[in-house]
Amino acid sequence: MLVYGFINSVILALIALGFSITFGISRVANFSHGGFYVLGGVLTWYFLMKLGLPYFAAAGLAIIIVGMIGLLMYRVLLVRLRGLELSEVITTFSVGIVILELLRSLGIMGFEYRTPVFIDESVEIFGVGLGIQRIIIVGAGAVLLVALHLFVHRTRIGLAFRGVAQEEHTSLSVGINPDRISMLSLALGSTICALAAVLILPLGVISVDEGYDILIKALAVCIIGGLESTLGVLVASFIIGYIEAFTSMYISSSLVSVVPLASMLAILLIRPSGLFGKSKEIEERV
Amino acid sequence: MILQRRKERIDRPIKAVTDDIFCLSSIREISYLVIPRVLPIAAILVLAFLVPPYWKKVMVITFIMAMMALSWDFMASCGLTSLGQALFFALGAYSTGAVNHYLGLPPYLSIPMGTLVGALLSTGCIFPALRLRGIYFSMVTLIIPLMLMRVIETTGVLGGTEGTRGLTPLPGIAFTMTVSMAALWATFFCLRRLINSDYGLIFLALKDNDRAVEASGLSILWFKVQAIFIGSAVCSFSGAFMTHYYMSVGMSAFALDLSVFPMAASVVGGMGTLAGPLLGAMILGPLSEALRSFGSFRIVIYAALLGGFVAALPEGLFHYLARKYQQIERWVEAPSGISED
Repeated sequence: MLVYGFINSVILALIALGFSITFGISRVANFSHGGFYVLGGVLTWYFLMKLGLPYFAAAGLAIIIVGMIGLLMYRVLLVRLRGLELSEVITTFSVGIVILELLRSLGIMGFEYRTPVFIDESVEIFGVGLGIQRIIIVGAGAVLLVALHLFVHRTRIGLAFRGVAQEEHTSLSVGINPDRISMLSLALGSTICALAAVLILPLGVISVDEGYDILIKALAVCIIGGLESTLGVLVASFIIGYIEAFTSMYISSSLVSVVPLASMLAILLIRPSGLFGKSKEIEERV
Repeated sequence: MILQRRKERIDRPIKAVTDDIFCLSSIREISYLVIPRVLPIAAILVLAFLVPPYWKKVMVITFIMAMMALSWDFMASCGLTSLGQALFFALGAYSTGAVNHYLGLPPYLSIPMGTLVGALLSTGCIFPALRLRGIYFSMVTLIIPLMLMRVIETTGVLGGTEGTRGLTPLPGIAFTMTVSMAALWATFFCLRRLINSDYGLIFLALKDNDRAVEASGLSILWFKVQAIFIGSAVCSFSGAFMTHYYMSVGMSAFALDLSVFPMAASVVGGMGTLAGPLLGAMILGPLSEALRSFGSFRIVIYAALLGGFVAALPEGLFHYLARKYQQIERWVEAPSGISED
């Protein structure tokens, strides 16, 4: 139970990370997150099964393509709407719907659409049988976090990211182009999203409805943790992950999907800015 | 020096006359003002009763969806941008179904009751999110209907996934048509009057500057609750009406179309005008019927229209048409270095 809760939490964190990174840097709430996620999975499947590419090439290609789509979405659509939050939301939401429903009408459904696990074996940890895939997910999640931390804190472009996140106008005056950085942040967010898809999807079937689920989960985790706070995302995903595991264990597995909503509403009532929201956010959110 | 061209926009003389002098001296001036207002109403009235029976049904659905678009636009004008308008529709639909099924009330009682109960429930569901604003509110409204759907699915309240069936039908298509059209115009004119009153000014201020509302000694939260109640009552009525129209209620009341359609109609027609969403709905409603054979591909078209209009014609069709009607546009040469806008 503990182990499964842990893995569940890592999965949630991976899902929410892409959303929170994009939002934290460019303040664009990427509602097409779920679409990108499923698209990443479908592209991997397509390259792998139809074109017969080796696994890592297929996955890498899918991740890059999704990243490019995120970048293009900013370049073509969002750049005209910068600052108009409402229009940004509507645009990203509609892009997400276009992707998901397009895939649905192409007939992406059913069991044949599943990517194989990396290594189909299992080991025992604390007396629980575990597929290697789940361990890879945890490992990859940890590596990704460390890499992101290093990237944001040690490189010049990471510094620019942080600058734009903190104060867009000031960063403009020291020669950082916020549009470029926001574009990159969207690309980064969608790349992470596709990476999450490649890692997680072997555990289940690729389906279109998954896309909406993923979006809900990402939003719930981010709202509970406080948007834009990476630490908050981690803590929140562990909270939700364990509550979900407990619920499915002791109460009823059909109630699992209600957990994120209930905890989100509770948090909103107690602390509208989320667990790790900053004072600036509180001001923004009244 | 490079000569650049810019577009000059001048109000038509007749607009200036009718706007400023308030003295309508000729038939031409009167018709300039009256025709764009009366013509659509008359056209819809005539069209609604002349089209063949199949398209009458389409018209009814279009009217109901137009009401949802109006409600979306009203809420958006109050700064409450909802991505889950289906929630309000579904709550109205389910409560009407319950009232009719379990209490056995006839439609003329169950629709008002369902509307009221649905609006109260919706306000209750949205209440925790009301302290949020802007995108944060949108995020939560996106989540709540999807989650509520799961709750109904798993717990089976109000008939669960199956919903309730065999409800009392509405008498005749002519009656249905009349009621839905009357409801649509009532909603439109009431909301417009509301928005233009002093009371409505507070709602607009919620969007533009909610600090000012608070500084005036008015509670932001309380006025948001009222705005949600009004907006969701309209949607609940739509749900209630459609429940009796279809004679059943089920999971489809939560369908994504119902959230996307009002948004798409408002964006295509022009947000913040109430007339815009109406126009958008009148275009998109029949269009979506014509595209029925595409199945779920329909949503793709909605969403693409939505994204396209937001990015390319953010003002919407209504503003665009109004401008063409009221202003003369011409290209003039401007010296470089002076930029418009």
